[in-house]
Amino acid sequence: MSWALAALIGLQGAAGTYLLLHRSLTRIILGLGLLANAVNLIALTAGGSPGSPPIIGEDGQMADPLPQALVLTAIVIGFGVTAFLLATALRSWTIDGNDDVEDDIEDVRLARAALESDRSSGPDPTTSDSEFTGEVDEVPEAGES
Amino acid sequence: MTSEAILPLLILIPLFGAGASLLFARLRTAQTMLTFTIAIGTTILSIALLLKVDADGPIRAVTSVPEAPIGVTLDLYADRFASLMLVIATLMLSAVLLYSAGQRAAGELSIWYQPAYLVMMAGVSAAFVTADLFNLFVAVELLLLSSYVLIMLEGNDEQIRSGTTYVVLNVLESTLLLMAVTLVFAATGTLSFFALPAAIAELPSGVQTGLNLLLLAAFGLKAAIFPLFSWLPDSYPAAPGPVTAVFAGLLTKIGVYALIRTQTLLFPDTNRTLLMWIAGLTMIIGVLGAIAQSDMKRILSFHIVSQIGYMIMGLALGGVAALTATIFFVLHQIPIKTSLFLVEGIVEAETGTSRLDRVGGMARRSGPLALMFMLSAMSLAGIPPLSGFIGKVGIVTAGLDQHEWVLVAVALLGSLFTLVSMLKIWSGLFWGDIVPADPRKGILRHHRRMSAATVGVVAIGVAIALAAGPLYDFAERAAEGLYLPAEASGAVVGDPK
Repeated sequence: MSWALAALIGLQGAAGTYLLLHRSLTRIILGLGLLANAVNLIALTAGGSPGSPPIIGEDGQMADPLPQALVLTAIVIGFGVTAFLLATALRSWTIDGNDDVEDDIEDVRLARAALESDRSSGPDPTTSDSEFTGEVDEVPEAGES
Repeated sequence: MTSEAILPLLILIPLFGAGASLLFARLRTAQTMLTFTIAIGTTILSIALLLKVDADGPIRAVTSVPEAPIGVTLDLYADRFASLMLVIATLMLSAVLLYSAGQRAAGELSIWYQPAYLVMMAGVSAAFVTADLFNLFVAVELLLLSSYVLIMLEGNDEQIRSGTTYVVLNVLESTLLLMAVTLVFAATGTLSFFALPAAIAELPSGVQTGLNLLLLAAFGLKAAIFPLFSWLPDSYPAAPGPVTAVFAGLLTKIGVYALIRTQTLLFPDTNRTLLMWIAGLTMIIGVLGAIAQSDMKRILSFHIVSQIGYMIMGLALGGVAALTATIFFVLHQIPIKTSLFLVEGIVEAETGTSRLDRVGGMARRSGPLALMFMLSAMSLAGIPPLSGFIGKVGIVTAGLDQHEWVLVAVALLGSLFTLVSMLKIWSGLFWGDIVPADPRKGILRHHRRMSAATVGVVAIGVAIALAAGPLYDFAERAAEGLYLPAEASGAVVGDPK
């Protein structure tokens, strides 16, 4: 395995991970694409040293077809998934004008309820500057009535 | 027809059926009939396979390309564990199909629902009968891709919001899995389940641990184990009712199946401490999350996570006794979890929500519905005569035998909390005054197909408890088979052509 290839895999993996951590779905899709490419390169290098002929009938040691089949399948699957995600991003943009991945509604509700109960019970508001207090018990549960 | 031909047929029939059902996209009745025939046919085939495998031992079907210089083969294999999972999975898929056909508004589910559903069925079958790591990856992709379509079926705001998380996380899981598969290949030069155990045993221990952890992370994300579960309670509740039911019952269990397969076959009895930590934390954190929720769908979604912990606990303990209990527990979880979500779907179809503070008195409106919920909920919590109790006793006994006191205590505490949150659903939704005020009774009569499917699934859950003796014996034979190398288990090798 050449150092250049290893560096390329590392670079793509790092860039992919960085993009994946964003809110915007478009960046996430690009990040996933880069990560998939990094993994495909790993699969390619798993096939052994380069230079062997891929086809029967040539002289010398034949290249292992299995990693190439792996990469081919992965590319096809990746294409389908990317198309689907892009359609999702478009749909998200049609609905609310952006393609940000939003927070879970229930999580937001719990966090807000915890914050409010904290504000009403705590005598000193300066001590509770944390956004999440974890006091989930304080959420009103009408189901118990 | 030779018995080996069943294995590829289990994948091909639903896959071609999906294509055929697309042709009937405009003829809804014909599409439904076709989808049903295919689902029932696949179920019958898988039952035949189970009987055959139990009588004659594992079946292996190898299709190879003749005259290829390097072995290019498609290797399918079904042992007792795989065929048992296959039977319960196809049964659930058929029942939920009936349920979704009975959704009140006939146009509620789009024309893409049934084709995507059949593709998922093919993926589930393929995941259970595959005998090499790469085909396992392809099978998981097949069912994931169709699950992406299903979870965003209606394409509304809520589904796009939560579905995006689901898709992105699962694409990441696929990437991890592919990386694990290629690295296993790079290290050993093979991907076949039959050749891998010996090849991996020869590797240096550091490489072994690395590969093991990569596979654990990839399948753990799918199975929603402790640090990797946060996508699940977020995304499942938003999907259409029947879709959530089948996802809850099946998809995470396929992650568990893959974990059990790879851990017992490729890395027997390693990483036990790590798995025990994961098991304990998954159980407790899942169930604590459930208690904090106030919506039936969300409570149940957190319980999926919690119950996965018990399966991982059985796997972590290792040995035939613990794995027997684990197999039985997975078998029991699939119908129980599905039936709870099906009951939730009926409540939601009737009242429009499953928020505990907006619905009440369902028990007065429909006694049978409340009974079905109670049977499944008590089974989930592990109350004695029901199947959950038998599975949990098996796992806890194995834990006591190995002196894992802390883990056993955590498991029992988790069970107690499960009971608490089930009672919370009971007192919120089923007890008390009728809310919203609606004098109509006999809910089940208004949703005939949905009720029939739910009754069927609950009956399967009860049947597992009634037939616990023979099923437990079967699970024991399956668990013994897990540790045997394929050659010694007397696999029938045949060419399906």
